[in-house]
Amino acid sequence: MTTLTDAWHWLTDPAHWPGDDGIWHRLAQHLVLTVVCLVISCLIALPVAIVLGHLGKGGALAVNISNVGRAIPTFAVLVLLLLTPVGNWGEGPTVVALVLFAVPPLLTNAYVGMREVDRSVVQAARGMGMTGRQMMFHVELPLAQPMILNGVRIAAVQLVATATIAALAGGGGLGRIITAGFNLASTPQVVAGAVLVAVLALIVEGIFEVAERLTPRRAGGTR
Amino acid sequence: MTAPPDDCLARNEWICGEYLSSRRQILLDAVLQHLQLTGISVLLGLVLAVPLAVLARRWRWSAGPVLGVTTILYTIPSLAMFSLLLPVYGLSASLVVAGLVLYSLTLLVRNILAGLRAVPEETRQAARGLGYGPIRLLLTVELPLAVPAAMAGLRIATVSAVSLVTVGAIVGFGGLGNLIYSGMNTFFKAQVLTASVLCVVIAVAADVLLLGVQRLITPWTRAARG
Repeated sequence: MTTLTDAWHWLTDPAHWPGDDGIWHRLAQHLVLTVVCLVISCLIALPVAIVLGHLGKGGALAVNISNVGRAIPTFAVLVLLLLTPVGNWGEGPTVVALVLFAVPPLLTNAYVGMREVDRSVVQAARGMGMTGRQMMFHVELPLAQPMILNGVRIAAVQLVATATIAALAGGGGLGRIITAGFNLASTPQVVAGAVLVAVLALIVEGIFEVAERLTPRRAGGTR
Repeated sequence: MTAPPDDCLARNEWICGEYLSSRRQILLDAVLQHLQLTGISVLLGLVLAVPLAVLARRWRWSAGPVLGVTTILYTIPSLAMFSLLLPVYGLSASLVVAGLVLYSLTLLVRNILAGLRAVPEETRQAARGLGYGPIRLLLTVELPLAVPAAMAGLRIATVSAVSLVTVGAIVGFGGLGNLIYSGMNTFFKAQVLTASVLCVVIAVAADVLLLGVQRLITPWTRAARG
């Protein structure tokens, strides 16, 4: 219990919040990394997955890429990138690794979401004379929206986690508080950093949970 | 004084045969530690997950809390999870195992529960009609029928665990992750690449092995398809 109170004291110590190594700066780094990489990954993955899903092509690739992503250790990719020329670009290795690990869940969920749209609805749309583009934007995309959002949520949580591991390979973010704590052999600091990261991850998950509740359930309207 | 040898180690190349032969023992030890940490965690996870899933199936009200708590655990990033367990376990292998068990629980409970729920009601009634008690029904009918779904979860949990063990390097028990970590600090390219490739090889091998085990213990799924 003493460690927990020590961790609480560490967190509430005003000296630990400002400055370059302070909590505010690390939190800002973490959020910027997560948001920027989420936007980049969505821009890469969603158009590809939505078009592939609409055309019904490349399914094996889109589905299996998630499994491949799971087998490759994040930490290994971060260190490998750090030792390549990418390592000289500051946060370069972190950004590349984050995007690499956020793309698979986005791709898989968006593709599966597009494919799982009720075929009879798609045929009805075609029967009404809709073009392929109209079907994609007005029928398939709205119906696939819950699955796509689910992919974005998995990717966002994954990004928060990966950004934390990036600290092991010298990247910024809240993980740095943890690794610095290990280097100082300060268990309270390690636990305090871990609590910050865990709370951030749960808040991100919570935001998507709320967003999912707030979006109108179009699929239910057909009943 | 002899001139330094001009081999791939001295040139710090990514792929280096000399590294494999001269560091064989270190690599073997790391692979062994990696396999032990993964194996123990997934087995412990399985031992805990089966009763949890059975409980959640039997008493409907417990399903929500069980799934909720395991999902929250799964959301916590691995580095934070290991750090949160530090006051409990200290710098030890148990810390890494405990963290990995908590991660595998989510995947295993979810999949076993899905498997148990997918057992057709007619099958259950037929077994009851044959005079099966609740325990016998669970052990000889429901659990075997849940095996395919459970194995799918076990495969994902194992592959994830192999990859997550590397993060254990932060406390010095990361199997191949230790080699990656020390290789990063010394810019030792061959060591980082070799250890990373071995990680992926272990993950793929474990996945294929579990797929083989699944085929062996569920011969009926193949008969139905063929």
